[in-house]
Amino acid sequence: MSRDEMRALQGKRLRETVERVYANTPFYRKKMQEMGIMPEDIQTVDDIVKLPFTVKTDLRDQYPFGLFASPMSEIVRMHASSGTTGKPVVAGYTRKDLGIWSEVLARTFSAGGCDSRDIFHIAFGYGLFTGGLGAHSGAERIGASVIPISSGNTEKQIQLMTDFGSTVLCCTPSYALYLAESIHKKGLQDKLKLRVGFFGAEPWTEEMRHEIEEKLRLKAFDIYGLTEIIGPGVSYNCSCQNGMHINEDHFLPEIVDPETLQPVAPGQVGELVFTTITKEGMPLLRYRTKDLTRLVYEPCECGRTNVRMEKIMGRSDDMLIIRGVNVFPTQIESVLLEFAEAAPHYHLYVDRVNNTDTFEVHVEMRPEFFSDNMSRMLDLKKRISARIQSVLGISAEVKLVEPNSIPRSEGKARRVTDKRNVYANK
Amino acid sequence: MNIIQQLSVFLENKAGRVSELTKILGQAGINLSAFTIAESSDFGMMRVVVSEPQRAKDLLKEHGFAVSLTDVVCLQTPNTPGSLNKALAILSENGVGIAYMYAFAEGDHARVILSPDNLNDCVRVLLDNKQRLIDADEIYSF
Repeated sequence: MSRDEMRALQGKRLRETVERVYANTPFYRKKMQEMGIMPEDIQTVDDIVKLPFTVKTDLRDQYPFGLFASPMSEIVRMHASSGTTGKPVVAGYTRKDLGIWSEVLARTFSAGGCDSRDIFHIAFGYGLFTGGLGAHSGAERIGASVIPISSGNTEKQIQLMTDFGSTVLCCTPSYALYLAESIHKKGLQDKLKLRVGFFGAEPWTEEMRHEIEEKLRLKAFDIYGLTEIIGPGVSYNCSCQNGMHINEDHFLPEIVDPETLQPVAPGQVGELVFTTITKEGMPLLRYRTKDLTRLVYEPCECGRTNVRMEKIMGRSDDMLIIRGVNVFPTQIESVLLEFAEAAPHYHLYVDRVNNTDTFEVHVEMRPEFFSDNMSRMLDLKKRISARIQSVLGISAEVKLVEPNSIPRSEGKARRVTDKRNVYANK
Repeated sequence: MNIIQQLSVFLENKAGRVSELTKILGQAGINLSAFTIAESSDFGMMRVVVSEPQRAKDLLKEHGFAVSLTDVVCLQTPNTPGSLNKALAILSENGVGIAYMYAFAEGDHARVILSPDNLNDCVRVLLDNKQRLIDADEIYSF
């Protein structure tokens, strides 16, 4: 499908969705009225910028069913995300929505080279979490044989995987690694018939992908999604594994500057925003995912013309504004990965001195690269600074610190100390 | 054995780091014969001659220090005006450059640790010109 055809289809579906939420969802009707927007103001995809954003707290405030656009008699399924704080986020699906969901997942699995001859081992959790039942419906849709084993009980997972000859594994990447280690401990790696894996629901790195591929001897594909939009299947890897194709005929993506909320220039990094344009049960307008990435509109080598998103580069919550420049800690990390002499452990210190922001990057040196040569050490500092300047467009004072001196933390590492009290009043 | 193994230790500019190092070496019974600290704006480099370089290195590494061993020479000159200049003139006439040096004088002698750009040339021209170099065994047991 050409870009023009896609945009025409998206425009039509966007209009229908706006009409639907205006008529059925008091939350959106009120927001649009406050902004002076009527459904007829939305004619093409470009008009999307007139529409209000939706954020996670809106979903919490509207708990449980305030954003549903279908009567309960038409809702056939509900899912919810765990939510670490406060109330869970609830999603309602009509029969048509479930059809869309299984379709986008069928595309995901087909793009990974799977078909009806495959045996799907689905180790995502089944239940309120969208992973298990979502992947299940997509695998059934392509006619594969499905083992709905759900998560946990690693012994049993390994037993069924080897006895049943599972060819496809679906689970979180961290669980895939855990499974792989358990399999290697038992020396059962030769008994595996896995050839493909679909992993998602948490961030993972290219290094993890390589490790999973090597240990489980399969090709590992990324699968992206969020409960608010539909669950897994919002976007997927094709065999090129070069970015994730977005199912943009159902989920219309935008990239905005997380601070100004204005669209960024094409190809720039910003916050990913989705509008669901075919869902009935709980359509969302311009939902801010908080995930940072960029969109690639060039056709993929695989031949698919739908837009790709790059791997998630970070969360907009982590964004710093230093001397007016948006800085994401993950950008610093990617710069450091280019330097063999530096460990990817860093801490950012931001302060304001004489009304000017100061920006220090503390970098751990790898002990094996330490040398008696002082000028070589100073040169390393200089090269890292120069690279930060060219990638981020901002100068930074790089300080080399001792190995293992930056605290390691599980999960979300606290890598930033912002001593400016600029947000004190917020 | 005219070549001396010197410990080079990366020091982050923070309080108590040097005393931590001397404590570790002291408790292990390793003696310091000479040292110098070079500093830049945010980190320092401590160069130390100790009684057991390899053991000291392993020990400091275990304690999380970035540390390496560097070959240096120790020149001994009379503690009289012009003596050091004589030795340095020999080196410069023979094209041997020096990255850094540190020295200490007491009584009749002065001792100078040199880190030359070419270690073998440095040793050769100094010995050829009748300069006295301190042996490793000798300096480690100072």
